[in-house]
Amino acid sequence: MSDILLSLSGVHTHIGSYHILHGVDLSVRRGKVTMLLGRNGAGKTTTLRTIMGLWRASAGAIALDGRAITDAATPDIARMGVAYVPETMGIFSQLTVRENMTLATANGRFDETRLEETFGFFPVLKTKWNDRAGLLSGGQKQMLAIARAIIERRRLLVVDEPTKGLAPAIIDHLIEAMNRLKQAQTTILLVEQNFHMARSVGDDVAVMDDGVIVHRGAMADLAADEALQQRLLGLNLASHQ
Amino acid sequence: MKFLRGRFENVDWPACAVLPVFMLAALPFMNVPTWLTLTIAGAAMGMMLFLMASGLSLIFGLMDVITFAHGAFISLGAYLAVEVARALPGLIADPSWSAALLVLAAALALAIVVTGAVGWLFEAVIIRRVYGSHLRQILITVGGLIVAQELIIVFWGANPIPLQKPAAMRGSIVIAGAAIEVYRLVAVALGLVICIALQFVLARTRLGLVVRAGVENIEMVEALGFRVRRLFVGVFVAGTALAGVGGVMWGFYQGLVTPAIGPEMMILVFIILIIGGMGSIGGSLVAAILVGLMTNYSGFLAPKLALGSNILLMVAVLLWRPRGLFPLVKS
Ligand SMILES: Nc1ncnc2c1ncn2[C@@H]1O[C@H](COP(=O)(O)OP(=O)(O)O)[C@@H](O)[C@H]1O
Ligand SMILES: [Mg+2]
Repeated sequence: MSDILLSLSGVHTHIGSYHILHGVDLSVRRGKVTMLLGRNGAGKTTTLRTIMGLWRASAGAIALDGRAITDAATPDIARMGVAYVPETMGIFSQLTVRENMTLATANGRFDETRLEETFGFFPVLKTKWNDRAGLLSGGQKQMLAIARAIIERRRLLVVDEPTKGLAPAIIDHLIEAMNRLKQAQTTILLVEQNFHMARSVGDDVAVMDDGVIVHRGAMADLAADEALQQRLLGLNLASHQ
Repeated sequence: MKFLRGRFENVDWPACAVLPVFMLAALPFMNVPTWLTLTIAGAAMGMMLFLMASGLSLIFGLMDVITFAHGAFISLGAYLAVEVARALPGLIADPSWSAALLVLAAALALAIVVTGAVGWLFEAVIIRRVYGSHLRQILITVGGLIVAQELIIVFWGANPIPLQKPAAMRGSIVIAGAAIEVYRLVAVALGLVICIALQFVLARTRLGLVVRAGVENIEMVEALGFRVRRLFVGVFVAGTALAGVGGVMWGFYQGLVTPAIGPEMMILVFIILIIGGMGSIGGSLVAAILVGLMTNYSGFLAPKLALGSNILLMVAVLLWRPRGLFPLVKS
């Protein structure tokens, strides 16, 4: 069994007539958290959507566990055990929390221990179980989106900017949840703008700019190298504590 | 009804009150028996309109597809009723209820199977190619409607064909001094059964859950592992089968079947979708009954205004609720 769970090589993606990804090379190690960083508009969301089959790669190859998924349909990719938490969260606001969660199970039934574990991560979901998801706060919706992704055993979680627009206390809660998932050897590909989160959960890091990966390495190395951060991300660590 | 429980907390009461308020508002203009007759006639017409509109509403809500060809499926349903009536003249004339129900059941079953099958073919050959483009959907389905119209003329001729109701469903009964056509009661009952069945499937089954989720965000449904293509085909087939059922009921009701029987209902069907809020089953029901009532009340009070009154109704609703009475949420 290879160490690499997901790999992208030379992936190009067009959206309509726009050429967005220009040969993305990325690999995600099994059981590790890989951070995908980069400024706004760099192509992070497009990369995740291409992995999920929501955009089609116009060139290059994507493989999951050694199997090509470049041309696979989105539902088939999901059925291979890839859970996606989109930037927009994709919560069904007219459905209850329970119904949202039910849809994320393979057969409509919950594994009780898994459900209790998920409630352990996000207790608020238990209290809001029969409420319409549209009534949840932004942070609660994000928790629901992540809960949907982990309610069953998955091979890979693909998560797009979960902290976007959330209050610091909730971000801390999400960081804690991510760290617990990491301890459970969950493989995660995580897009994040929040460097504090990136630094505290990431094992590996890839930085994108203008539709290509411009840096790959260990998260710890990037976290320790302020000059590199400054050059790649244009950010100053102190202001992102 | 257990499956409805818990679905009332977020009910939009003003929108729900429209129907009873509208009925009561008509009362001062006529005597009570007339009002009762017209109200039941309106409800019956509304139920048949609901059958025609609900399928289209689901197709639009889930698949974001506008199809004018729906009118052809309504016509097809009516002509299939003609075929059943021709094949079973003895049962049509038989005054017993069991014979009448048998004829109706046979016509409905045939219509469901045939219009569903034709709908399946239509989706595979035409609709599938025009997902995502309303303009192309409109052009190609209007074209499809014209072709279907010609095909119907090839099979059944251009002349109106009389269609008798089963004997037990002719006549009327008198309730509280008002004459009520029996067939109208049958139409109301069947419409209610189908509406409850639809609501049950939507509210209480996994399939319904996926459809409700898909109406909001089709991409996320796919990302959760559901094969949306199959769902689209299923909903399209169900929608066309419902149109066929509406056509059977409307054909018997009119007593005369013409190639235009379906297409001429489409104006009312679109008014219903707009009033009800495109994509909402409950909205379609309320709006269909509103339109049925309006048609009957105005037919009595100001016959010249029959269609105009429904357009006025639509304008009034849109001024109050620009997205219809029960708009869908898309994310
Ligand atoms: N649907 C779309 N149509 C056209 N351009 C798009 C679309 N989505 C994203 N883009 C463009 O693709 C580029 C990358 O976007 P995105 O992947 O969302 O970046 P990120 O997630 O890194 O902020 C941006 O320039 C954006 O404007
Ligand atoms: Mg993004």
